[in-house]
Amino acid sequence: MASQREIRRRIGAVRNIKQITRAMQFVAASKLKRAQDATLASRPYSDKIDEVLADLAAVLGGDEHPLLARREGGKRMVVLITTDRGLAGPLNTNTIRFAAKEITESSGDLAVVTIGRKGRDAMRRARVPLEAHFAGFGDRPSFADVIPLARLVTDAYLGGTFTQVDIIYSHFVSTLTQRPSRVSLLPVQPADDTAAGIPGNQFIFEPNPAAVLEQLLPRYVATRLFQAVLESRASEESSRMVAMKNATENAGDLIDDLTLSYNKVRQSNITREMIEIASGAQAR
Amino acid sequence: MPIMLEIVTPERLAYAGEVDAVVLPGIDGELGVLPHHAPLVSTLGVGELRYRVGGKEETFAIAGGFLQVRPDKVVVMAETADLAAEIDLEKAQEARREAERALETGFTEGADLSAARAALQQALLRIRVAERRHREGPRHRG
Repeated sequence: MASQREIRRRIGAVRNIKQITRAMQFVAASKLKRAQDATLASRPYSDKIDEVLADLAAVLGGDEHPLLARREGGKRMVVLITTDRGLAGPLNTNTIRFAAKEITESSGDLAVVTIGRKGRDAMRRARVPLEAHFAGFGDRPSFADVIPLARLVTDAYLGGTFTQVDIIYSHFVSTLTQRPSRVSLLPVQPADDTAAGIPGNQFIFEPNPAAVLEQLLPRYVATRLFQAVLESRASEESSRMVAMKNATENAGDLIDDLTLSYNKVRQSNITREMIEIASGAQAR
Repeated sequence: MPIMLEIVTPERLAYAGEVDAVVLPGIDGELGVLPHHAPLVSTLGVGELRYRVGGKEETFAIAGGFLQVRPDKVVVMAETADLAAEIDLEKAQEARREAERALETGFTEGADLSAARAALQQALLRIRVAERRHREGPRHRG
């Protein structure tokens, strides 16, 4: 059995760890709040863009713009969104496993654009061709951050090399559930027009429908990417919060166990000393 | 009868409320919207959005946007929208100097050039909107 001093040292170490994981839990909780608010705040804009796009589609028909046109053959691009930092529970593992499944099941050529260091490292290890990597969106991604990404994706699609672009990210369902998900980004698929209030053909388009579409589509692409980035942010913090909560609880249990064995060792030491003293007195 | 005005950006809902009239920066000049306007979707330029509610007028600096008008509602989707009162004049002037410097040093890539031009345009707009507000204060009308 370990000595008293050794056990006391371990208890100290575990206590320190517990303090750290607890602090991380609270930090993640407050960041989660912010990330969740940002996700919600971005929704009115993206809903509206979807609505206007649906209105336009009703007037214009399918292949008015190269970003709407379906093309055959060519490569597929996967935009993989993961986190830069670890200690976020099973989040990245799940997202990467989901992506790996998509990638192995996909026939034909494919390249990946990664956001977040974890995804890039995994793709590199698996020798999946990397088209580009973006880092440093930070704790509070801004819309301006995703514009270069949106431009890269759009240019690659318009250049003709890629004929399909998907986003794989972690969908924020609730604090306890984050689901790895795939959404298709390009070609753009407008929503059904019947859902929105006024049918598209009743609108006047200024200067004309094609010009509005020309302005709208790049923003649609950027908005989709921005939303996926925000969802992943919220997923990251909630997953980290839960992971750190579990770690804190485990550390607590461990401290209890160690305290118990510490007391046992201490008791047996005392008993042994008493026997020694007693037998020493008898021998005299 | 008032009309509902919503200003949304990718990052937030900048304004939502009932107003009496809105004036927006269209591509070819200003565009006024009153209640019962015909359904309209339009692109917007970089400029000032002014709305009037109960005799008071407020100004937003907006850039990169769209407008959707329904008989009872005006929705402005802009890449950025700043309320005049909230614009930091010093920051805007700093942005302007930055953009001017970027334009002077010159770029080889077209995309960067147009980005710098857009940044300059936006900085100038913010300065204009903020300075005018500074001079006149919030406007009141009978």
